[in-house]
Amino acid sequence: MIDPGKAVKNVSVNEPTPVAGPAKLIAGLIFGIAFGFLLQKGGVGKYNVLIGQLLLQDWTVAKVMMTAIIVGMIGIFFLHRFAKVNLHIKPTQLGPNIIGGLIFGAGFALIGYCPGTAAAALGQGSWDALFGMAGLIAGSFIYAEFNGSLRGTLEKWGDFGKVLIPDLLRVNRGVSVVIIAVLLTAALLVLEKFTVR
Amino acid sequence: MGRALSCLLALVPTVALAAADPKLNALNYPGPTWSPYLVGAGIGVLSWLTFYFSDKPIGASSFYATVAGAIGKVFARRHTESLPYYQDNPPKFGWETLFVPAAILGGFIAAWTGGDFTNEWLHPMWVARFGESIALRAGVCLGGGILMAFGARLAGGCTSGHGISGTLQLNVASWIAVICFFIGGIAVAMPLYFL
Repeated sequence: MIDPGKAVKNVSVNEPTPVAGPAKLIAGLIFGIAFGFLLQKGGVGKYNVLIGQLLLQDWTVAKVMMTAIIVGMIGIFFLHRFAKVNLHIKPTQLGPNIIGGLIFGAGFALIGYCPGTAAAALGQGSWDALFGMAGLIAGSFIYAEFNGSLRGTLEKWGDFGKVLIPDLLRVNRGVSVVIIAVLLTAALLVLEKFTVR
Repeated sequence: MGRALSCLLALVPTVALAAADPKLNALNYPGPTWSPYLVGAGIGVLSWLTFYFSDKPIGASSFYATVAGAIGKVFARRHTESLPYYQDNPPKFGWETLFVPAAILGGFIAAWTGGDFTNEWLHPMWVARFGESIALRAGVCLGGGILMAFGARLAGGCTSGHGISGTLQLNVASWIAVICFFIGGIAVAMPLYFL
C-alpha cells in the first residue's frame, strides 16, 4: 500500500508555501473567523438543525457536508496533482475509528453541537454551548489519561496504515474523485427532491 | 448509492414522527440563513486555502485537547507532561489554538449581521422535550462533551477533521469514522426524543 505522505514528498516539485510566524497565526485567525461565519450562516450552529439531522428531520448538515466534500476534494486533489499542497492523512484503524466514532456520535446526540459548531453556536449567543465545551475539555484530558493503556490494546486493532479510497478501489486518484463526486451529487439531488430542509 | 437509499428509507419514520408533536419537529424552528450548498461550497474553498496557505486541514477537536493540556499543566505539571498523549502532542499555542476561538467570533459576526443572535441558555426544542432546567442541560452537555472528546481523540478527529477534511482527501479512516458518528448519533437521539 502506498503511503500517501511519502508519495507527496516524491512528487513535490515545488514546496507548498505555508505562511510562517505571526503571518501563520493571523492566517489561523482569518480562516477560523471564516469557518465560524460559514457554519452560523449554514444554520449548523443551531441546536434544532443539528439534532434535527440526527432525528432525520432536517438534512441541512448532510447537504453542507456533502457539498463541502465535493468542492474541497476536487480542489485539493487538483492542487496536490501539481504539488501545491500536502495531503494530511490519518491512519485507518478499524477499532479506534469505529468505537471512537460511535462514542463521538452518542456525545453528539446529547449536546446537539460538535466541536466546531459549538464555537459557532457560542458566537451566535447559544450559551449552552459553553457546557458542551467544558465537557469537551474534560473529555480530552480523560482520553489523555487513558491513552497510554489504550495504545497497546484497542488502538492496535485493525490497523491498516494510511489508506485512501483510490487504494481500495485500485483506480487512480482522478477517477476516484470523479466517482465520489458523481455519487455525492446524486445523493444531494435525492435529498433536494425528497427533503423539506 | 447506499447513502441515497438510506435517505429514502429514513423519510418514512420522519414523516410519521414529525406528525406526532410539532414542538419536537426540528423544521418548526428557524434553519439556515444561507443556502446549505453555498455554505458547503464556501467551506470546501476554505479548505483549499487552509491547505495551501497554512498546510493544515480544517479541524476543531484538537483545540480542546490543547486547552485541557494547558489547564493540566497549571494544576499538575509533572503528571500532565508524563502522559504519552501530551508527550506526542505538547499543548502549545499555535494555528489551531486560534482557529476555534476565531470561529466563535465568526459565528458572532454571522449571527449579528443576519439578525440571528439568539441570546438563550436553552433552545425551545430542548425545553419542549426536557423542560426548563438549565442544570439538566448543563449536566447532559458536560457528559456529552466528555463522550464526544473521548470519541474524537480515539477516532482521530471530529466532524470537521474527519467529517470534512478527512473525507475530502478520500481517507478511508474518515469515511468510516463519519458514518459511525451518525450511526451513534441517530441511535442515541431517536430514543432521546421519541421514547
